[in-house]
Amino acid sequence: MTTTTHMSPGAPTGADLDRLRVRAYELRVSMLDMAAGKGEGYVAQGLGMADCLAALYFFEMRHDPQNPSWAQRDRFLLSTGHYSIAMYALLARAGYLDLAELPTYGLNGSRLPMSTFDDLPGIEIVGGSLGQGLGQAVGMAIGLRLDGQGSRVFCEVSDGELQEGSTWEALMSGATFNCDNLVALFDCNGVQADGAIHVQLEPVADKIAAFGWDTVEINGNDLVALTDALVNARQADGRPKAIVMRTQPGSGIPTLERRERAHFVRISDDEWQVCRQELEAGRPEVRND
Amino acid sequence: MTSEQLIAGQTRGMGELIEIAGKTTELAPFGRELAALGRERSDIVALTADMGRYSDILAFRDEHPDRFFNVGMAEQNLIAVSAGLAKTGKIAYCTTYSVFVSRRAYDFVAIAGAHSMANVKIFAGMPGLMNGYGATHQATEDLNMMRGIADLTIIDPCDATELKQVVRAVADIPGTVYVRLLRGNVSVELDPVTYQFTVGKAAVLRPGGSVGIISTGYMTARALDAAAHVAPQGVDVGVLHVPTIKPFDTAGVLAFAAQYDRVIVAENHKTTGGLATLVIEAMFDAGVIRPVERIGLADSFFECGSQEYLEARYGVDLPRFVRAILQEA
Repeated sequence: MTTTTHMSPGAPTGADLDRLRVRAYELRVSMLDMAAGKGEGYVAQGLGMADCLAALYFFEMRHDPQNPSWAQRDRFLLSTGHYSIAMYALLARAGYLDLAELPTYGLNGSRLPMSTFDDLPGIEIVGGSLGQGLGQAVGMAIGLRLDGQGSRVFCEVSDGELQEGSTWEALMSGATFNCDNLVALFDCNGVQADGAIHVQLEPVADKIAAFGWDTVEINGNDLVALTDALVNARQADGRPKAIVMRTQPGSGIPTLERRERAHFVRISDDEWQVCRQELEAGRPEVRND
Repeated sequence: MTSEQLIAGQTRGMGELIEIAGKTTELAPFGRELAALGRERSDIVALTADMGRYSDILAFRDEHPDRFFNVGMAEQNLIAVSAGLAKTGKIAYCTTYSVFVSRRAYDFVAIAGAHSMANVKIFAGMPGLMNGYGATHQATEDLNMMRGIADLTIIDPCDATELKQVVRAVADIPGTVYVRLLRGNVSVELDPVTYQFTVGKAAVLRPGGSVGIISTGYMTARALDAAAHVAPQGVDVGVLHVPTIKPFDTAGVLAFAAQYDRVIVAENHKTTGGLATLVIEAMFDAGVIRPVERIGLADSFFECGSQEYLEARYGVDLPRFVRAILQEA
């Protein structure tokens, strides 16, 4: 597998953008395979994050799948450990894991459990206790700055985690310690365990900006917007960066996009087959430049 | 009562140093030793949650300002940021009061810290009755809480000598460590030439005698004082110091306890869930059955007051030790 060259000069266009879309599509295929194989899973959130993960690992981040503990790598922290299905798909497609291991997702004794643990190469933290990711990302950003090797930190945070006070503590710290090598990616998909988010969170982007973060709000399923935002987040201007992503749970599969109970999906074998057909119908093509 | 009658004893300001009559003391041994360690090792970083002044860590800040981070009053974030630093190869020493680590940041210590074996070294200030600000500030159940966390090392040092050794030792203990911090003018009880802290090992400070005291933290200093106090009466007391609560030195405790017809256990903590519980479990499991008297705190919330007042009122002062040794009511 290739190691992503750090910091392409600008956001991808043409065939490069198409290839990134194919990467995101392949992540969705792997996620669907895992969920269908198990019959259930947190697949809707994972599908919503597919474009973000593709943009990070196949465009923006400095990393080496052959050397997951490379000291100079950029870090990606998945704060929501239950999005593990997305992370395993990503790690397999990026070359950290063998694709053949993905069917063990969620099985007893598997290295790919329902929630992420940091003993798996490529996983930086124990995710899942929500509200613990961003604070650790701040600490990593400070530590990597002390090392002076130019490494950056990318941290996924869910909109549900904005209900944890510790997330706001971490937002204060990111600005206090001028963590301009930190990019927080807020996955605002509008759902949590009990259904649609009813807690008054908005305006999310304004609140985060008010905490001193350089903040942009985008469609988190638009790879052009994502890569543009990541390029703009490279500025070493003393401010931490926040990308508020409005994402669609189940993105890429209309049956799952329409599903009301999107937090944890458990559907029949027939329905999984429909999902697969819908996903394949949207397979992106790579144009000839 | 009038204010004149009450003035003899009062709650001190948190910054006010505790004076210990007749004791050799050392000022801010934790912060000074950490600053010295920071000179030797560039991977040491230090953090606090607005408790720099009251945890003696400012000596490190003054020498190494680029490696010091005050996150403000945010204890969960203190542990998370420390864990993040640790996960980039740093050894993160952090301070707040023990009550705020244990009660407020517990999940962060467990998951961001211990679960990842992150090199987070928590120095938790003013444990037990050392804080005069009442139950909100008195961690009287922290040992019980923290020992419920897997892979966490827990240390309750006796004095300045041991605390300084612990500052250095924890840098090389893998994973997250919880240390009960002694601050201000800390008494020197142990001889730095002959005493050597070893994690996971209890130390016999006074061998032999007709009754054995097993103690941790600065209650060991009180046990030694009590032993010296009764010696002129011909009463010989053995003292076993147990600085490491986890991992617990079961073999060391059993070997000591088996020598006596009765055992006293003393701690600056509730008498349930801490050292006494560990000692009794170990003895019972091994069939070393002796009467055990517990010196420690009741299962209660405590009031504000001076340390001397609180210790006398709630039964962890020198006269309480003497009564236990002499078996007086």
